[in-house]
Amino acid sequence: MKKRWVTGYFFIMPGFIGILIFIILPYIDVVRRAFMQAATGNFIGMANFMEVFQNKAFALAMGNTVHFVAVCIPILLSLSLGIAVLLTKNSQVSKIIKTGVLVPMAIPVASVVLLWQFLFSGNGFLNGFLHIFGVNGPNWMNTSYSFWILVFSYVWKNLGYTVILWLAGISMIPGDIYEAARVDGAGEWQCFWKMTIPNLKGTFFTVTVISLLNSFKVFREAYLVAGDYPHGSIYLLQHLFNNWFRNLELDKMAAGAVSLSVVLLVLILGLWGRRKE
Amino acid sequence: MKKIVWKCALFLIGFICCYPIVFVCVGSFMGKGELLESLAPALSSASGYADWSILPKEPTLRSWVEVLLDTPGFFVTFWNSIKIVVGVLIGQLLVAVPGAWGFAKYKFPFHRVLFLLYIILMMMPFQVLMLSEYLVLNKINLLNTLWALILPGIFSTFPVFILYNSFRGIPNEILEAGRIDGASEWQLFLEIGLPLGKSGIFSVIVLSFLEYWNLVEQPMTFLKDKVRWPMSIFLPSIEPENAGIAFVASVISLIPALLVFLGGQEYLEKGISYMGMKE
Repeated sequence: MKKRWVTGYFFIMPGFIGILIFIILPYIDVVRRAFMQAATGNFIGMANFMEVFQNKAFALAMGNTVHFVAVCIPILLSLSLGIAVLLTKNSQVSKIIKTGVLVPMAIPVASVVLLWQFLFSGNGFLNGFLHIFGVNGPNWMNTSYSFWILVFSYVWKNLGYTVILWLAGISMIPGDIYEAARVDGAGEWQCFWKMTIPNLKGTFFTVTVISLLNSFKVFREAYLVAGDYPHGSIYLLQHLFNNWFRNLELDKMAAGAVSLSVVLLVLILGLWGRRKE
Repeated sequence: MKKIVWKCALFLIGFICCYPIVFVCVGSFMGKGELLESLAPALSSASGYADWSILPKEPTLRSWVEVLLDTPGFFVTFWNSIKIVVGVLIGQLLVAVPGAWGFAKYKFPFHRVLFLLYIILMMMPFQVLMLSEYLVLNKINLLNTLWALILPGIFSTFPVFILYNSFRGIPNEILEAGRIDGASEWQLFLEIGLPLGKSGIFSVIVLSFLEYWNLVEQPMTFLKDKVRWPMSIFLPSIEPENAGIAFVASVISLIPALLVFLGGQEYLEKGISYMGMKE
């Protein structure tokens, strides 16, 4: 019997070498830089981290990002679960609706940005509409409402993805437990709360992790609509990283990247590990 | 009655999801005058309010002609987008397909640790890896070239994860039977793995296409010269006076993505459900 594990390494090797070169080794270098002064290359301990954590922009961006995730994920998860449950019932309609909610994945950000400007700018469509009722609206992207516009963009973009994940989870629930419950006289609503929900616990963790990571991509909309320095309520970690990068503040960036990766690592391992429940 | 309400709600959600497509298509057929009238207030500081009709009042192909004949810069960005997507897809298939096969069908030391590492890397947002990627690309002199987007894209671990889950569905007994018949490991991969893992491969093609067609952060960070920009960041940089061009360009960038989406929706859905599988 030949040693088959060598063959396994042979298959993964090309990809692994690439990952080593493009991600892992440079990441180790970033960790090293996080403890160094960029200009001199001297070891300075936690000083970069201290500077980042005491930075006002960091506090703002961190707060907004946490706020954003805390608002978006419950909205996205409940809305998509509701749609998924409805879609399991109406099979003739469900195909069209499924396509409908998935389409945003294919719509380029640029089209969305164009629509946003049209709707929400100072003299945009929304204000024109409000004007009929004698209300003079602001440029919405320059107000704290921009936060909600961003929440909407996020839910809009990720709804289809999440619905599909829930549907996959629902399809794994054995159908006979529903039949048994119906025989015992359980209603639709009871079936949903007592059986669908508890059986989707594993899926819940998957969906949460994926939604969390996709939330980092709203930066696209935020940046393309509002630029480097948007309204304070949507100044996210992504903006901060971007601005550090442009100003070549590499030591802050290194410390920021290491901190962010540690936080995410804890979250990912914590949530991902619980998927098997 | 209750059913009708639910249906209406679902259709409304579906409509909202698709509306941007209608919006850019309608805009692309509007004349310059009509666009200026209805959009200028929103995009610049002209007075009045933006207004929009369901259909163009005087449909015209003027903007289309302008983009297709008089905007050479646009073609450059279109080709940049194509090059990025095609480059990444070819690379991912060459690297990730065997990689996923190795993880799905072989046991080797550090298997679990390595695969966990892949999952973690798959989950890290661009901001975490931005500086690392910058340092390497700078060192090998690839900044400000399309390779700066293609190479890191090729080694993304996301396709490995999708493919791993699709390969795992292939029963090991088939492989054993093949071995008894004297097939080499490489033949097993080519003749059993590839055909039976087809749905995973198509899923990766669809998902990666949509991802890399819409790349924003990476080109913004790694590409300085506008001639190298892909459409995804070129479009928003179009001045408001040229709204007609922006609309047509949006439609053009929408078409390939929509075709891939409609042609591959089945695989898109499959790919997403692979994400939910427990390893």
